[in-house]
Amino acid sequence: MLTIKNLHATVEGKEILKGIDLEIKAGEVHAIMGPNGSGKSTLANILAGNSNYEVTEGEIIFEGKNLLEMEPDERAKEGIFLAFQYPIEIPGVSNATFLKTAINEKRKHLGLPELTPKEFLNLMKEKSKILGMDNDLLGRSVNVGFSGGEKKRNEIFQLLMLDPKLAILDETDSGLDIDALKIVSNGVNVFHNDKNAVIVVTHYQRLLDYIVPDYVHVLYKGKIIKSGGKELALLLEERGYDWIKPEEVELESN
Amino acid sequence: MKELTKKENIKDWYLKNFELFEKQMNGHNHELLKKVRQASLAKFLELDFPATKNEEWKYTDVSFARENKFNPVSTDYKTSLTKEDVKNIIFGNFDYNLITFINGKFAAELSDISADSDKIIIKNLNSFIDSHKEIVENYFAKISSDDNLFNVLNGIYMQDGVAIYLKEQSEFSKPLQVLYLNGYSEENLLIAPRNLIVVGRNSRTSIVFNYYGNPKASYFTDAITELYLEEDSSVDIYKIQRESLSSYHIEKFQAIQKDRSVLNHYNLNFGGRLTRNDINSKLDGENIETHYYGLYLGKENQHIDNHTFVDHAKPNSMSNELYKGILDDKARGVFNGKIIVRRDAQKTNAYQQNKNVLLSGEARIDSKPQLEIFADDVKCTHGATVGHLDEEAEFYIRSRGVPEELAKSILIRAFAADVCDEIKIVELKEQINHLIFEELHRQEVSY
Repeated sequence: MLTIKNLHATVEGKEILKGIDLEIKAGEVHAIMGPNGSGKSTLANILAGNSNYEVTEGEIIFEGKNLLEMEPDERAKEGIFLAFQYPIEIPGVSNATFLKTAINEKRKHLGLPELTPKEFLNLMKEKSKILGMDNDLLGRSVNVGFSGGEKKRNEIFQLLMLDPKLAILDETDSGLDIDALKIVSNGVNVFHNDKNAVIVVTHYQRLLDYIVPDYVHVLYKGKIIKSGGKELALLLEERGYDWIKPEEVELESN
Repeated sequence: MKELTKKENIKDWYLKNFELFEKQMNGHNHELLKKVRQASLAKFLELDFPATKNEEWKYTDVSFARENKFNPVSTDYKTSLTKEDVKNIIFGNFDYNLITFINGKFAAELSDISADSDKIIIKNLNSFIDSHKEIVENYFAKISSDDNLFNVLNGIYMQDGVAIYLKEQSEFSKPLQVLYLNGYSEENLLIAPRNLIVVGRNSRTSIVFNYYGNPKASYFTDAITELYLEEDSSVDIYKIQRESLSSYHIEKFQAIQKDRSVLNHYNLNFGGRLTRNDINSKLDGENIETHYYGLYLGKENQHIDNHTFVDHAKPNSMSNELYKGILDDKARGVFNGKIIVRRDAQKTNAYQQNKNVLLSGEARIDSKPQLEIFADDVKCTHGATVGHLDEEAEFYIRSRGVPEELAKSILIRAFAADVCDEIKIVELKEQINHLIFEELHRQEVSY
């Protein structure tokens, strides 16, 4: 589904990603872990098309298409979804209006008719139920006056509504208490099936108790320095990142 | 538009026309108005059109007024406009009374007023003087109306306007829509509306001023509106300005508020080549509330200057002001928000905010808060911002599959929301929202 080859990227002239290779297939869950500043969020944002980041080398192929040539909205319509670390507030635009606009743009792209108001309402009801969201929240302006937890939940609600092929969760667990974490994880698990894929970007192993990854990658100073199965996350939780770092010195000296 | 030859003096032009104008009034020139005209004429000789070296006009060049001869003497308009013609100009879908003026003159056939005269009197000013002389004597032209030559020019050439008198203890919930259709049939007219609103004790109502210009027509609207709010009264004033993009629009609005009165003033500006609003409230009592909401949209080479002035004269009142501007192309905005808290006005709460978003690199805003505080126990805050549409927010919206142009519309909607949401007439709110996108030629995001 997604192939990243030798990806280099800079932000404001500073190189953040220094050669990333990653292969993700339908049905898989990949966790990307690493200390602060390692480039995890940069990778997530580049996949979604944030123009603050400049790709200087390498390529990203998504479903056979060159992702880097697409605008953010085209990527979304092709099936990429980024759950933001810091969701944006949009006063004066209700969640319902916002999602109806987004869904119908995507349907237009896929050559499908717009959802009728009733179909849309039913979809909203079905998906919000999974996340235990109040109907009142749906009529409110996007993320305005939402708590940190409500904003994250709203991201997953958007994920369920838009039903992409590839979901990228950027630190979705930060700021969530354990109950909210369970609800949000459950939402992701309901979404996940063998036709789509999930990238979970996180600091902590905690989220991975609920969203179980097939692969764990450790990102450090802009490179993936170790990959493994879900047991790698547990090791990281236990021992921190320091035990891997010597390998990085080796890598650099090679 | 004819340019003046060097020898001609623009003031001579206006003086020369006065005799003709008086003749044309045809006995409609009431003694009370005559007095104002004479006083204004005397003042006219002393003043000149303001220059940019005048601090109050620093950012607004009014050389248009020196360079163009606007005709204060119109022939009687031809009533070729029908109700059908104006249907789409009127803000509709809600129940309203309608009073219409074409080129500043009362158009009875396009007016429709059904009001309980025990509660409210709605007339054109010229008729109102005949039937309610004592009200006019008590209230009319009591405000300062010689701040500048434009106000004085209105004093000389005022033709007519709306007169609204809401009696004591009257609630009149049906809004009155005052429709000014300007720039019809003739070119280069001076149109000088003069409005008088008196809201009696413990009464409330709302009024929608709908200034509309014949597209492409060139003319000059020079208006004065006086509002008196007696004790415990409340009024919502909506001013929606869609003059033609070749026209000039200047209005002085002055409110005098008594104890416990509430004024909500909405200034929604879309049209005009050059617009200058002076919106003033004197809070002449205690426990008064004054709310100013402003939204100004500029495109092409429009120039929009809003000067507001809240005068806290007595203790325990509050004022709150929120003005927002969206400027595209080479449009230029000016905001000057003056608040005076006089020595006696202890326990005053005064808030002011001016926010602007520039949609192009060539648009410009000059924003100036002006606080003068002479009392010591007050709360006053003010702030001004200018920026572009937030790129992070735009990325967020686009990352959901929304194309760039529509994402920008969503952000414009988000920017205008806190002013629009204050509009209490729901149908009007929706129409204003529609106008925002129509005027900016952008894809609409509906309510």
